[in-house]
Amino acid sequence: MPEQTLAEAWGLAPAVLGVVAIGLVLGLVVAGVDRAVVSGAPRTAVEPIRSSARLLVEQRRTTLAPDRLLWRLGCAAVPALALLSLAVVPIGGRTLWSTSADLVWFNAMEALLWAAVWLVGWGPNAVHALTGGYRFLAQGLAYELPLMFALITAGLAAGSLRTTDILAAQQDLWFVVTMPVAFVVFVGSAAAFAFWGPFAAPTAADIAGGVTSELSGVDRLLVEAGRAVFLGATAAMAAALFLGGGSGPWLPGPLWHLVKTLAVVAALVWAGRRIPLLRPDRTVEVGWTVLVPLTLLQALVVAVLVLNGFYA
Amino acid sequence: MLTELSGWAITAVAVLGVLSVAAGIAVFVVDSMARATFALLASFLAVAGVLLALDLVYLAVVTALMMTIEMAIMAVFMIMFMMNPAGLMPMTMVHNAKASAVMGAGAFVVLAVGIWTIDWPTRNPPRPADSTRQLGEAIMGSHMLVMLVIGIALFATILAGTILATARGRYDRLGPGLDATHPDDPVPGGLPR
Amino acid sequence: MTAELVLQILLTVAVALVGVGLFGALSQQSIVMVMMGLELVLNGVLLAGGAAWYFLAPELPDAQVLVVVALVVMAVEMAMGFAVTVAIYRARQVDMVDMATDLRG
Repeated sequence: MPEQTLAEAWGLAPAVLGVVAIGLVLGLVVAGVDRAVVSGAPRTAVEPIRSSARLLVEQRRTTLAPDRLLWRLGCAAVPALALLSLAVVPIGGRTLWSTSADLVWFNAMEALLWAAVWLVGWGPNAVHALTGGYRFLAQGLAYELPLMFALITAGLAAGSLRTTDILAAQQDLWFVVTMPVAFVVFVGSAAAFAFWGPFAAPTAADIAGGVTSELSGVDRLLVEAGRAVFLGATAAMAAALFLGGGSGPWLPGPLWHLVKTLAVVAALVWAGRRIPLLRPDRTVEVGWTVLVPLTLLQALVVAVLVLNGFYA
Repeated sequence: MLTELSGWAITAVAVLGVLSVAAGIAVFVVDSMARATFALLASFLAVAGVLLALDLVYLAVVTALMMTIEMAIMAVFMIMFMMNPAGLMPMTMVHNAKASAVMGAGAFVVLAVGIWTIDWPTRNPPRPADSTRQLGEAIMGSHMLVMLVIGIALFATILAGTILATARGRYDRLGPGLDATHPDDPVPGGLPR
Repeated sequence: MTAELVLQILLTVAVALVGVGLFGALSQQSIVMVMMGLELVLNGVLLAGGAAWYFLAPELPDAQVLVVVALVVMAVEMAMGFAVTVAIYRARQVDMVDMATDLRG
């Protein structure tokens, strides 16, 4: 029965543990691919494992009069939100939990990241960190609406906000064929809300590392892992929403989904690391005057196709 | 008539309800403006959790989404305008506190008396299979007028908010004759002009 | 527990939020803090609307539509509140309601 969730199929505790493990592995894979692309040497892909272990034992350093409660809360929230967003990403055709508003859930987890990243910047009582937090909010204003329209376009074609329904609607034709703009915007937004690659202005070198400048030890590990898991979860979501998820010949479904996820990760890292850093004050204008109309047009095209029974 | 909520759901609703009120009180107790803002966000998230337990998934996640973005923006404004954003030098910024407390408590008592004396209907109403679909069909069908009014109101808000908040008009950008080839903007923006 | 009791408890929590929010909106001097009080009042409306839908009339969408309207009211209140705060601050460096009493009779 396809409506069954992972929690019902495996039991609640094993399913949650399984999804957490998959999320962490995805994050490690993203960080490894990223390292390998940046350094140009494939053997450096194990570097994230080594640095994770080092950060785990590293002593925490602190600043003068930090807001400890909010700082810790922000650091812990980043990976927690990444894993929660994975709860509605189909794994082997099933999601950890299935609601009638999966896409909005995914979007809400990413919106909560606004608060979390700003808190990471606010907590240490340091000027560069707070500047990074403000930059992230400015960047958020640029990517949020295009991301919402991209997500809703996939829901529009399937006539449902449930990710498993969207998978089922792509049996004959992958959504990327009729909604390429939404796919590109969605993957680009993934880089933007993980403030990675060309969208890393909140952690840029001109503000000495920005939001991450005062992080050390476990706190840094949590934030960096959260960014990587968010990228991995969004790549898996992109494969499910636009690339048909587990559909494909010869191989079993989950393997196809894994292959597509890795392909999205590889393409994202390969392309993202070749683009220079984009400043939020510039991306905001592009987001509002180019991407919002483009994604609205994309939604209009899909809506007309739905009315003509194209996806039925 | 017994409720259809499970024991777990009732426990969660009770804990979240207490949390939402406690966080709401914290908003006006803590000194740090960042903490006040995020206490309000905690109150919203607790209410979103209650809505989730009440089977209103869409409204719950949309509340969490909207309120998080609102509070993140709110934090920026709080720190921009308040004299003491981090609460490092505690100060009181209240007026008429006693009368306000009486009004707040009075409103609570009057409404609570009403809640506990009204004879609420006890029936077993039929539940929709999917509350999200119910809402969607309502605002795109029988309740479409609400959606139309909301759309116009939000559009008017965008225009009015921008006009109120900006100090620059087209004459500042393009000169007194509106004939400058390149607008004079303090922030250049990302598109070629 | 009976459904009526759960509904009454939830509505009491909702009016507690309304009461706390009302206190804040009336007692705070800073415009931004007044807005936070109003948000808290509307938060109570969200909770009451959700509880009314679940326990009183889940077969009708009206209570859900009411919650959507409350969310929109919150968004409008925030946007206009910030715009007014920015405008008045720009005009005379004021961020407190006590200093903007021009319309007092």
